Amino acid sequence: MDTPTPIRRAGRATPYLFLAPYLVLFGVFVVLPALYGLWISLHDWDFLLPRKPWVGLRNYQNLFSPESRDFGDFWQSMKATGLFTLFSVPFLVALPLLVALLLNREFPGRTFFRAIFFAPYVLGVAVVGVLWRFLLDPNIGLINNMLSASLPWTTDLPWAWVSLVGMTVWWTLGFNAIIFLAGLQDISRELYDAAKVDGANRWQQFLHVTLPGLKPVLLLVLTMTILSSANMFGQSYLVTRGAPANETRTAIMFIADTGLRTFRMGNAAAMSYVLALALLVVSAFNFRFLRQEDT
Amino acid sequence: MTWALGTGAAAALGGCQESRAPRESKDSKVTLTFWNGFTGGDGAYIKKLVEQFNQATPGIQVKMNIYLWADFFQKVPGAVISGQAPDVCVMHLDGIPTNAARGIIMPMDDLAQALGLKASDYTSQEVWQGGLYKGRRYGIPFDMHPLGMYYNKGVLRRAGLDPEKPPRTGDEYMAALEQLKGKGIQGHWMAPFLFTGTFQFESLLWQFGGELFDPGVTRATFDSDAGVRALTWLVDLVKKGYSPPNVGQDADFIAFQNGQNAFNWNGIWQLNALDEVPGLEWGAAPIPRIGPQEAVWGNSHQFVLMRQRSPDPRKLEAARTFIQWMSQRSVEWLESGKIPVLQRVAESPEFKSLEMQGQFARQAPYIRFPPAVAGISDALALVDKAVNQAVLGKASPADALKAAAAQATQVVRDNHEKYGD
Repeated sequence: MDTPTPIRRAGRATPYLFLAPYLVLFGVFVVLPALYGLWISLHDWDFLLPRKPWVGLRNYQNLFSPESRDFGDFWQSMKATGLFTLFSVPFLVALPLLVALLLNREFPGRTFFRAIFFAPYVLGVAVVGVLWRFLLDPNIGLINNMLSASLPWTTDLPWAWVSLVGMTVWWTLGFNAIIFLAGLQDISRELYDAAKVDGANRWQQFLHVTLPGLKPVLLLVLTMTILSSANMFGQSYLVTRGAPANETRTAIMFIADTGLRTFRMGNAAAMSYVLALALLVVSAFNFRFLRQEDT
Repeated sequence: MTWALGTGAAAALGGCQESRAPRESKDSKVTLTFWNGFTGGDGAYIKKLVEQFNQATPGIQVKMNIYLWADFFQKVPGAVISGQAPDVCVMHLDGIPTNAARGIIMPMDDLAQALGLKASDYTSQEVWQGGLYKGRRYGIPFDMHPLGMYYNKGVLRRAGLDPEKPPRTGDEYMAALEQLKGKGIQGHWMAPFLFTGTFQFESLLWQFGGELFDPGVTRATFDSDAGVRALTWLVDLVKKGYSPPNVGQDADFIAFQNGQNAFNWNGIWQLNALDEVPGLEWGAAPIPRIGPQEAVWGNSHQFVLMRQRSPDPRKLEAARTFIQWMSQRSVEWLESGKIPVLQRVAESPEFKSLEMQGQFARQAPYIRFPPAVAGISDALALVDKAVNQAVLGKASPADALKAAAAQATQVVRDNHEKYGD
């Protein structure tokens, strides 16, 4: 009767103690830098100049006033990011799902194929970039040579997008496929057996058993893929160099240019917040959309 | 001492070097860190020079780090801020004002004075002046590296052209391209990127009498008539079929090595890359005079001292010895594909024996440099954009230049405000 009190008192701190290590890391490496970034975005900030004048919301206003220096470039880069996300996400979700469905079946050499599909993912973006830059070169590249064509794979639209999406799919497909594969193996066999007993064909089994069973995994893959596509940087930087005329320069690439090359950290920070906000909206919409279908 | 060879005037400076060396060898060793961006063929040469220096001066040991130039210019400020700054660096002439204004590099007028350096020792006044910012010296010139014209002798022979007489004027150049075209060879691949499309455009802009900016660098002027004529000439190479459209990054240089094109206007730093291609017969010459006057793009590497959180006088002293030693040893460095900045090196028999470098050096009197003002690279990026747009056929030369120049004017005005000069 008198024992529960001390236990409860000790128990009150327990969850926080469990959380503490993570909270400290989260605070120091995420929350504080994020707040500091917000502070930077309100200044004309070059970390090496003694004068970092306060400019209030001017860095944000500049992004929305057409006569400012960054307006055109920033929104072009946002458009490039949006287009890349729009073009790449459907392929990066559908193809890995297809691959996962195939690899989930029993056939000889299954492990070998799993390895083959996952292999490119372990390469760094620098390797992938240099590799594809040579394959895709419009004049001396292997791909044009094999097609006996001279398609401008890296220097004109829409070809540059085809290249960037294509190489990204080749590169990262394996990762999503592995996640789908894990999800597929979590769906219990009994459901399929029951469906068969009810006379469901292959397609009906996929629609009514596989897809609902995969829903949480699908949501995860979709959100992660959208976010990583929106953060695309290396492929454009290495393969197209933003060509033609910055049309494939993504938001992250432009922000890095502004902050790290022209040392306008205040402007770059403001741009990052606008980009982050846009991604937040997209992700929230995502969760909302997929959850509503549940009910 | 072997390291004193090949430099006539080293004798004049030798005095202070020799009086210094014994004192240092008695002290404990000083270790200097030296950063640069010589990732290309020149990396091997700088390594060799540093090794020689380390052997020659037991009291001073230099540790070198090589980064890609793009990474180098991003890493250095961080290193200075965090107190991990290297002692000595090499950077480009047009990078000096930005880094001086941002307090990353230190003035070294006293060093220049101690070394007895003066304008008349140098082959180019622009290179010497380029080391200055707001009247103080921040950079000690190491070399110049201009654009030049490589020509593929085998391809010229195939087209019935004289492989020993590369074209010198615009008319001769056009005639050669026409003859090559007749044999199904696209003679001049036009790259739409900084390497080397922008360098070609800037060279021609100057040849047509234009300037990138007005004298005070308050306004971009590369959209002038001269600019439009220069870019139109380059875009016409594509339109008239002398160049394929949509040339990829570096594809022009690779095609040159493969015998697919005849002429490549590229940097002197590519010399050794061409030497390594088996069976390639090539020559180098000044770029042809297309406009009414001679001009060619170039840049210069300069030694700079980095700001230290707690400056160590012994290290500073050692850094001076190192810079002096290296900048006097130009000929060994020039073999990597550079041309001399010191008059007496340019006139030395050792340099005269470097045949290809000599071809590039013929341009020395009219090499032009990017303007040396703080933050200039931000504005120059817009020249790249205009060249890219026009060469890829996305906009007419006049429109592309006009839009880019308007934006560049905004950028240089921002920079004046930011850096206060």
